Amino acid sequence: MKQFGYSINPDRQIDYDLTDKSLLSFIVSFEPSLLSCISCGTCTATCTAGHFTDFNIRRVHTLLRRGEITTLKKEIQKCMLCGKCQLACPAGVNLRNLIRSIHVAVEKFNV
Amino acid sequence: MISEGKKRIWNEYQKEIADDHYFYVRSCVRQNFFPGSEKTFLKIMQHELGKDVYENPSHTTCTGIGYHSDIVPFETAMTVIARQFALMTEAGYENLVTSCITSFGLYSEVLETWHHFPELLQKIRMHLKNATGREFNIPKNLAHASDLIYKFRNNIAAKSTNRLINKQTGKPLKAVEHIGCHYSKMFPSKGVGGAEYPYVLIGMIEEWGGEVIDYPERRHCCGFGFRQYLVMANRGYSIACSRKKFESMEPYKPDLILTNCPGCPMFFDRWQYAISEMEGKTYGENDHGIPVLTYEELSGLILGYDPWDLGLQVHQVAVEPLLDKIGVQYNPLEKYQGIDHKDLGKPNMPSILKFY
Repeated sequence: MKQFGYSINPDRQIDYDLTDKSLLSFIVSFEPSLLSCISCGTCTATCTAGHFTDFNIRRVHTLLRRGEITTLKKEIQKCMLCGKCQLACPAGVNLRNLIRSIHVAVEKFNV
Repeated sequence: MISEGKKRIWNEYQKEIADDHYFYVRSCVRQNFFPGSEKTFLKIMQHELGKDVYENPSHTTCTGIGYHSDIVPFETAMTVIARQFALMTEAGYENLVTSCITSFGLYSEVLETWHHFPELLQKIRMHLKNATGREFNIPKNLAHASDLIYKFRNNIAAKSTNRLINKQTGKPLKAVEHIGCHYSKMFPSKGVGGAEYPYVLIGMIEEWGGEVIDYPERRHCCGFGFRQYLVMANRGYSIACSRKKFESMEPYKPDLILTNCPGCPMFFDRWQYAISEMEGKTYGENDHGIPVLTYEELSGLILGYDPWDLGLQVHQVAVEPLLDKIGVQYNPLEKYQGIDHKDLGKPNMPSILKFY
C-alpha cells in the first residue's frame, strides 16, 4: 500500500442500522425495565460515584445503545452499587441489576 | 415518491437564466484538472447553439480559493470581482456566466453584500477607480455555466447522437449527480431547484435518457473544502468525505458521477485512485472506478464529440467502460495522442484500479 503522507480519517458517524445490538439485547433480556428509561439523567445527577469520578450511568446507557461497547467494562468498574440512582429514577429502572447485567454481558461477549 | 408534489415544488424553485449574450469567466483550476471542459462549453454554446459568448483574456482569478483559505480579505476579493464586472461592462455585456462554482458562490456573496450594504459598494467602486481607473455596472443576470447547459438541455438532446442508455441492456444508465456546495447551499435562490431540490444536473441526466440515483449521502460535500485539502495534514478529512459518499452510493451500482464544480470531479476522480492504493478498495465493476464527468464532458459525449478531444484521457478513473455502455465510438490507440498525433506519453498504471 502506498503512503501519501496522510491517512483516511475514521468515520465518527453512528449508523443505528449497522451497530452491534447483541450486547444490548442480552442486557435487556436480563433487565427489561431498561426499556422504560427516558434518558432524563436523574440517575447521573444523584450518583455518588459520579460526584468523585467521571462515571456517568446515563452515558453508559447511550454508549450501549450506540454499540460503542469497548469502554463499557472499564466504566462500570466505577459503580459502587449503592442504588441511589435506582431510588431517584422516575421510570423505575432497576439500575443496580442493570450494572450487574452489564458485568455479566461484558464477560460473556468478551468485550 | 409522489412525483406531482415534487414537480410543484420544483416549479417554485426556478431561477432566471439569460437567453443570450454572455460574458464568460473561466475557472483558475479547471483547465488543469479537466482541460477539455471549458473549451467544450464554448464550442457547444457558440457553434451548436449559436449563442454570443465572450471572454476577455484580461480576466483574472476571482480570489475564491484564497478567500476561502483565509488568505485574501473580503474587501480585496470584492475589488477584484469589481474589476471583472468592469471588464464585462467595457465589453458591452450585462449577463455574467462563471465556469467555477466557487466563483459563482463568491460573486453571489459579493452581490448580496452590496445589496444589503450599499455604502460598501460605493467604497469598492472608489477602490477600483483609484487602483485601475475603471468603473462598472452590476450584472443583470448571474448564472453558472451549468445553468446554461441545463437551460438548453432540450436543444442539446435534439442534436444528440448518443443517449444515456446502456446499449447492451437497453436500460437507462444510473447516474449520481453531485452539486458543488457553493452552487446553492449558500444562496438557495441563486440555483435551479434551490438547496433542497437542486435540479440543474438532474434535468440534464433525465433529458438525455439517464436515471438519477437517490442515495443517503447525496448532499454530502465531496470533501474538497479548501483547507481540508490545501493543508496536507488535513487531507484525511477530505478523502474521508469522498469515501463516505462512495460507500453510500456503491450499493446502487452507479454508471457515472456527474458534477458541476471544479473541485468535486477532481476529488471524486483522484480519491478513487488514492483509496484503491491505500485500502485496496474500488467502487466500480471489475476493479474499475466509477467514472466522474463534468457536465460539459457529458454534453460533449451526448453530442458525439471524440472523447479524447473532451480530455477524458486525463481522468484517473478509466472512462472506457462508460463509453462502451453509451456506445461512443473511440480509438484506444489515440488516447494518449495530442494535436497532430503528438505522443503525450502514457501514465504509470495504478496497482489496483483498472486503467487503460
